[in-house]
Amino acid sequence: MNQLSQTLGETLGRIGGVNLLPVAVGLIAFVLIGAPSSWVTLTVAGLSMGMMIFLMASGLSLIFGLMDVMNFGHSAFVSFGAFVSASALAYMSGWLGADSIFLNILALFLAFAAALAFGLVAGWFFEVVIIKPVYHDHLRQILITMGALIVSEQIILAVWGGAPVSVPRPAFLEGSWLLGDVTIEIYRAFAFALGLAVYIALYFVLKRTRIGLLIRAGVENREMVEALGFKINRLFVGVFMVGSALAALGGAMWAGYETLITPALGGEMMIVVFIVVIIGGLGSVEGTLLGAIMVGLMANYIGFLAPKLALASNMILMMAILLWRPSGLKPAVK
Amino acid sequence: MTQDTTKGALFIKATVLTLGALLLFAPFLFQDTRSLEVAARICIFVVLVASYDLLIGYTGIVSFAHTMFFGFGAYGAAIALKKMGPGWDAVLVGTLAGLAVSIVVAIAVGLLSLRVKAIFFAMITLAAASVALVLASQLSDLTGGEDGITYKAPQIFKTATKLMVDENGKVARLFGVKLNGKLAAYYFVFASCLALFVLCLRMVGSPLGTVLKAIRENEARAEAIGYRVVAYRTFVFVIAAIAASLAGTIYAVWLKYTGPDTALSFTIMIDILLMVVIGGMGTMYGAVIGATLLVIAQYYLRDLMGAASEALHGWPLLPELFAPDRWLLWLGIIFILLVYFFPKGIAGTISAMGARS
Amino acid sequence: MSLLSLNQMKTSIGQYHVLHDVTFEVPQGGVFVLLGRNGAGKTTTLRSIMGLWKPSPGSVTFKGEDIAGQHASDIARKGIAFVPENMGVFGGLTVEENLVLATAKGKFDTTRLKRIYELFPALEQFWTKQSWSLSGGQKQMLSVARAIIEPRELILIDEPTKGLAPSIIDAMAEAFAEIGQSTTILLVEQNFNFAKRLGRGMAVIDDGRIAHTGSMADFAADTALQERLLSLSA
Repeated sequence: MNQLSQTLGETLGRIGGVNLLPVAVGLIAFVLIGAPSSWVTLTVAGLSMGMMIFLMASGLSLIFGLMDVMNFGHSAFVSFGAFVSASALAYMSGWLGADSIFLNILALFLAFAAALAFGLVAGWFFEVVIIKPVYHDHLRQILITMGALIVSEQIILAVWGGAPVSVPRPAFLEGSWLLGDVTIEIYRAFAFALGLAVYIALYFVLKRTRIGLLIRAGVENREMVEALGFKINRLFVGVFMVGSALAALGGAMWAGYETLITPALGGEMMIVVFIVVIIGGLGSVEGTLLGAIMVGLMANYIGFLAPKLALASNMILMMAILLWRPSGLKPAVK
Repeated sequence: MTQDTTKGALFIKATVLTLGALLLFAPFLFQDTRSLEVAARICIFVVLVASYDLLIGYTGIVSFAHTMFFGFGAYGAAIALKKMGPGWDAVLVGTLAGLAVSIVVAIAVGLLSLRVKAIFFAMITLAAASVALVLASQLSDLTGGEDGITYKAPQIFKTATKLMVDENGKVARLFGVKLNGKLAAYYFVFASCLALFVLCLRMVGSPLGTVLKAIRENEARAEAIGYRVVAYRTFVFVIAAIAASLAGTIYAVWLKYTGPDTALSFTIMIDILLMVVIGGMGTMYGAVIGATLLVIAQYYLRDLMGAASEALHGWPLLPELFAPDRWLLWLGIIFILLVYFFPKGIAGTISAMGARS
Repeated sequence: MSLLSLNQMKTSIGQYHVLHDVTFEVPQGGVFVLLGRNGAGKTTTLRSIMGLWKPSPGSVTFKGEDIAGQHASDIARKGIAFVPENMGVFGGLTVEENLVLATAKGKFDTTRLKRIYELFPALEQFWTKQSWSLSGGQKQMLSVARAIIEPRELILIDEPTKGLAPSIIDAMAEAFAEIGQSTTILLVEQNFNFAKRLGRGMAVIDDGRIAHTGSMADFAADTALQERLLSLSA
């Protein structure tokens, strides 16, 4: 009997531990909400929101883990991704509305590719021009990346203007599925699937490839990786570019989700992204996913249960988790 | 500090004294309402920036919640003046309420996050500040939401109030300036801000300032010597919060209006950052220089940019980049360049000049 | 010609001058021991050779080439391996992953791997375990194994016996003796008995300067010199 409970505890620890937190949150919400159909809708919304936030936050977390660099301008990539893809979609609006699902998908794919490409190039520029001179100097890093954020926001205002921009969606992602009395927006399911695909790809790269091995090792001990004969700075530029591109992709998906975007988007997402990486533990992709899912679920559940509390809920969640685990739920092993 | 005796340092001191004198006589030197607004705003921002310099320049911690404390003070006074009517009792209650909230929040945030990395602290204060901003617009019963609150200041600060009358019963003039309530209000702002600034100056000159410097230079060693680093940092954070809160109250009394844009918005935080970096981190006098330059730029640079934008009419994108609303773009670029090339700002760079002569 | 020669190497960390004048030669083959009191500059010397601190001025000549100021990764590629004081094991990686990372091409040379298994059987046993779960001694073995998974000319080892149980120290000594037959080892050590067993040549560093250099046999015999250079009271 004793042995049984011990193995049970071990199994629980192996399959979950902190990973079970979102499940627990979901269960509590289920009881509080009462109506199963609303609960399913909210949960799907929360999961898809969490996945988009994960895309925005994962790069930031890895960048910090690898080089101890905190980019306060990270949310600029989110904004740019959103606006670039919105412009691309507007340009291809003919294809979006076309009857051919192939043209629909192609237009969406091209818009996302534009956001990704922009993220890669802008990420390279950011790393090499803005951040490289202030490695190892946190104070100036915070100031300079904050300055870069201000400049980026102003550029967005200059290019796209201050008025809200509407984002066309491809026809095949419009509408929702009706399963019994449960409604699921197709775009949300799509966002969740795409986010999950990116997570699996990231996971595979980190766990199964040599580059991934180097990144994980570098997050733990940069110097030792160099002493083994690798140039971590080059690796870092790559990670920075990919992280920025993922943020841009997250922004692009967010734009389609909101369908109406303003330049304030970056600033709003920045806070959420920070909260997610702090909750998850800096440097860990799994932790970021966990944090993002938690924030996504909480935002939707609380938005339904107590709308006035919705925005403060993230903050309360962060405070609670920091009190419990000061370095986040799943910090990278140091 | 040997730097105090350089020619550059003397120059900076002279500049600051001159600016102080200009502010003191501002109502007489620049006799229009806009100039008086500018002067009052400079006074307020000198306090905000000096208290922020206590954090960033002397303690090496980056907070993005300084405006939040400013807002607490402003909203405290605004709500009290609105609910209790214009009177000194309301100002007092508002001041104390703002202070109380600021102190409690500062202690909570400080103890929770000052023991972790500087970067965590910056991120957490940013999150806290954004929550405060959201709360201010959501709790509209109390704060007036996005519209803010309009209220009356105490009797003596009303423009119609006559401080002195001439033989005809009209408001008396001194060098052509009406001795009315507006003038009293300005000197209330000036005197309170001067007092707060001098307090900040005294703090960095005190033994506390020396401890802070030791912590900033080498945290581990300061800890080893026996300084309780977290306690000191939290203390400074609270002091800075108190100063910001008081500045908020003063500004609220002066403006007779408090809303998210004047008291809480992130733009104010950016202004403070720009001022402290341009003026010079860790110099205190830099606060005066940075605040003066930036406030004047805010009021007058836009006109200049408007003209530039007109002149560039017809070019692609350029008029947009020079539009008066885009002035932050240029300030942002200047800010980045300053952090790269002159991290000590104007006051720090000039003070270091002539150091070895 | 000696494998590695340091000539008037100086290193500053921040505003502190840690090494003032480090000059000694490490001959090809065997174990060369660098001794010295706490804080004398032993670790800094190793890190400066590896390129993790930048020495200036002065020269570090490895196989006739001045490597001072080169990037650590380039120095590693020239055939120098580093086993740091804290072992530098990547805790989130498995034993296998730690070793794969240390290979040049991501593939194991089977004869070398077999030799590592013979030297340190524990590593084979815990092959797929995440290395944070290893004991201190096992981590040290992993760190040394990482240094010999590829053919190297010189291995820098920093205080490998610190905090280890005596039985593991013996195993280490045997392993080093064997590795020393084919590769040169520059060993920093506080444990004089351990160093005495292994060392052929030796140097003593004191306050950032080389205070003595010679053969280990002579030094071990001269207790007065030991007293003067190594005792804590001096």
